[in-house]
Amino acid sequence: MMSAQGLAKAFGGVQAVRGVTLRAEDGAITGLLGPNGAGKSTTLRMLCTVLRPDAGEAWIDAAHTVRDALDARRQLGMLTHDSGLYPHLTARENILYFAELHGMARAARERRADELIEWLEMGAFAGRRAKGYSQGQRIKTALARALVHSPRNVLLDEPTNGLDVMAVRNLRVLLARLRDAGHCVLFSSHVMQEVSGLCDVVFVLARGEVVAHGTPDALRAATGCASLEDAFVKLIGTDEGLG
Amino acid sequence: MGAVGIVWRKEVRENLRDRRTLVSALLFGPLFGPLILAAALQFLVQRTADEADQRLEIAVRHVERAPNLVAWLEARNVIVTPVELDDEATRRAVRERSHPLVLSIPADFAERLAAARPASLQLYSDAAGGRADRNAARTRMLIAQYGASIGRLRLLARGVDPLLTAPLAVQDIDVSTPQSRSVTVLGMLSYLLLLAMILGGLYLAIDATAGERERHSLEPLLTTPVPRARLIYGKILAATTFMIVSLTLTAIACALALRFVALENFGMSAHLDASVVLKIILVTAPLAPAAAGLMTVVASFTRSYREAQTWLGVVMLVPTLPIAFVGLAELQPSLALSAVPSLGQHFLITSLLRGAALEPAHVLVSVLASLALGAVLAWIAGRLYRRESLLG
Repeated sequence: MMSAQGLAKAFGGVQAVRGVTLRAEDGAITGLLGPNGAGKSTTLRMLCTVLRPDAGEAWIDAAHTVRDALDARRQLGMLTHDSGLYPHLTARENILYFAELHGMARAARERRADELIEWLEMGAFAGRRAKGYSQGQRIKTALARALVHSPRNVLLDEPTNGLDVMAVRNLRVLLARLRDAGHCVLFSSHVMQEVSGLCDVVFVLARGEVVAHGTPDALRAATGCASLEDAFVKLIGTDEGLG
Repeated sequence: MGAVGIVWRKEVRENLRDRRTLVSALLFGPLFGPLILAAALQFLVQRTADEADQRLEIAVRHVERAPNLVAWLEARNVIVTPVELDDEATRRAVRERSHPLVLSIPADFAERLAAARPASLQLYSDAAGGRADRNAARTRMLIAQYGASIGRLRLLARGVDPLLTAPLAVQDIDVSTPQSRSVTVLGMLSYLLLLAMILGGLYLAIDATAGERERHSLEPLLTTPVPRARLIYGKILAATTFMIVSLTLTAIACALALRFVALENFGMSAHLDASVVLKIILVTAPLAPAAAGLMTVVASFTRSYREAQTWLGVVMLVPTLPIAFVGLAELQPSLALSAVPSLGQHFLITSLLRGAALEPAHVLVSVLASLALGAVLAWIAGRLYRRESLLG
């Protein structure tokens, strides 16, 4: 379970996030939907303890993201905007490095890496260096790396960016499986179809604020729109920056 | 293994696979260092040997006017070439180097000499041409010697002891041993070793900070439950390791290369057996953490790999500045100067090359001061890693 209360963050003179309050439950996929520049990445970065909020607080399960940052990090796995792999290491070594940093014992990390490689169908490239990976292979490796310590909470920042149709379908299946296994999944996107098809709960972000939240159906009903896309445009008041 | 060790091992493994890091750590120093050193030394040795052996050539106008002087010069290994030139042609010949040195004997030379009056001689040379200038000085000295011997004969002929005209006698006593003389030349070895050491860890330092940020692998790394300072300590330690490896290889390679340089021609011998090489490595290595820390601190201010490269190219020269300063100011080793990182190492390396015993206090001060600086820089790097602007 992840929650945030009145999170705010400014960079220089720009107020990126102004008072975001949200809650992502276990066994559910929560979507953070918003146009570019709405503050999605900044919100996720505060949740995963990389950024310190100017105001407000956030918790990963019971761990406070500032006061118990190390505890919070133990219970979360983050898939960042860019996969950020080490090009000279193989997928397996990339995964094992993070397992080590999470303090897993040798036997446990080897077992877990094998498990993830099989689960994400990475066998064909896991022993090759990451330098020449396709975007899909990169995302899979980064996802395996984020999940290596079996975190209860999983954050994904625009995970479908740059993926082809098949890869997006695969990722959707993976996220659904994580949910079914009881994980708390929070991901950001500016693509409507992904969110409407996959999310149990959606938080709509615009100009650094949550402008609406609820199930996709509830949002459509509340705005009186037949499609979530229309509801979204109505909610944020502009169609600027929609993908 | 602690987090520092985990990061260290991963950085070392990854950079062993990076051709750029490998070339700078394992190839540049160990290969080009000795080549530069050997080439420079060979050049110096060659030149000194050339000058000592080279026979002086003097063109002489009107040889017939001073047969005794010419015979005296030829007896001292001077090649005398008789020439028939007027004043203008002589000047041109000297300028054009067809005859760089021309001695002209005036018509009244023999007459004045016989009358015991100062007999003048004209020596044409071009003071703007380095070697010709030295040869002119040698010629003047030879002629002065000839004149002095005539003077002594004149005194003797008049019943005066020639020693009366030499109230003072300066005796040169050169206390330098062949080793200590070669040290001046080998002084550049400490330059080369320090540069090779720093270069060895340079790319790793860039890659581990600016490179990691540019590849966007820093952010996932920061979501692992490891305090940020530990991550950077591991990276500094990895850069330190590469620096020490590069230092070791370069020191060994230089020692081997010096065997092929004919230092003996120079009347010199370098004190570079295995135990000296080992001591050089041991006294220089404590500087590695400070160098790695400095590189990391600077790199963490830069926004990209390329920018870091530009900055560090300049910063890597910083540790060599104290050595250059000492060379100019001709400072002697002291306890206080030993505490200056890189300078302390320079003094210790120089002592070892000279074959002198190391001052234990100087070694201790140098090692401790360097390690302390390394610790301070690592701490600063750790603080810098806490900044949010690190993510860019």
